[in-house]
Amino acid sequence: MNARARLALFLPAAAVAAGLLVWGFTGLPGFGRYPGPYGDVINRHGVHQRHATNVVNTIVFDYRGFDTVGEEFILFAAVMGVTLLLRLQRSEEEEETPEEEAAERARTQTSDAVHLAATAMVVPSVTLGLYVVIHGHLTPGGGFQGGGVLFTAPVFLYLAGRYVDFRRLTPVSLLDFGEGAGAAGFAVIGLGAMAVGYPYLANIIGKGVKGSVFSGGDLLLINLCVGLEVAAGFVFIAWEFMEQTLMVRSAVPRGFEGSGRRGKG
Amino acid sequence: MRTAPFLLAGWLFFVGLYGVVTTRNFIHMAMCLQVVQASTYVLILQVGYVNGGTAPIYRDVPVGTRAVDPVVQSLVLTDIVVGLTVIALLLALALQAHKQTGTLNPDDLRPLEG
Repeated sequence: MNARARLALFLPAAAVAAGLLVWGFTGLPGFGRYPGPYGDVINRHGVHQRHATNVVNTIVFDYRGFDTVGEEFILFAAVMGVTLLLRLQRSEEEEETPEEEAAERARTQTSDAVHLAATAMVVPSVTLGLYVVIHGHLTPGGGFQGGGVLFTAPVFLYLAGRYVDFRRLTPVSLLDFGEGAGAAGFAVIGLGAMAVGYPYLANIIGKGVKGSVFSGGDLLLINLCVGLEVAAGFVFIAWEFMEQTLMVRSAVPRGFEGSGRRGKG
Repeated sequence: MRTAPFLLAGWLFFVGLYGVVTTRNFIHMAMCLQVVQASTYVLILQVGYVNGGTAPIYRDVPVGTRAVDPVVQSLVLTDIVVGLTVIALLLALALQAHKQTGTLNPDDLRPLEG
């Protein structure tokens, strides 16, 4: 089917869909006129019930915790899918010789300015990431966001032109452990509640003093687990794509490097 | 002003969909899907907005302060993370398609090839 035929099919269908969408929108409450009641109820009682000041985080990992376990395993499955797809390709290629690797490193030299700026960002991004994870139940943040920030640290190392260091900072065994322990940790915390006779993921640990790091029961633990899993999973994905980049680049014959033009794409 | 969030959500949805339909590159298609998904974020978040409401985080403001709906925010939060990983999966598939057929253009792929 050519592009014009596709467009000819799309436009009438889109017009119908747009009509339905507008019809649906007219049935929604106006902007800013939130009808409730769920949000209002949780806003009123969430902090008293769980002693955690970030209500969004309380919902994600406590009130809707079971749902989030499932979402976390979507993340887990997607990371595994990427790894599986890209590893399959890598095994199809012949192994790189050390000389080729050395040539590759020489070719990917970065400028001093980028190198310095990226290196300087590594420690702050780790600190900020840990801060966002640990204070997830108090202030804006949490495991997902903090994990994403933590992931930037190895990426800054990569930007600094230190692919070798990037690999050394994140060995596969560590990533495997982080990815597995993070996903399993969340599920096991839930099972722990069941072991002592409560429903799955019931928040039974002492609730602590409102506003302190040790408050909100198991929220801190879950945030740490999810932060670990998100950071490890994202690094895994980045790692696999970087391997691909190196492979594609070294497969290009000399004189054709840096040709984003290859293929009309 | 009251219709602006609805218009934005609708615009993002259809502009992304248009991109998916007319795309000539799988990577571009993945980005367009991300735009479609962004329209759902806008729509879901605006449903929970309360006039003059603050963030539902009671670290510096007392409980009972008028705040927006935290439920929709947590939905969008997990949505974003899952969306990101799905994009990664799509990009891996695009790489695979390029390896197998030498093209990223969906039009150049014959059905059930390879």
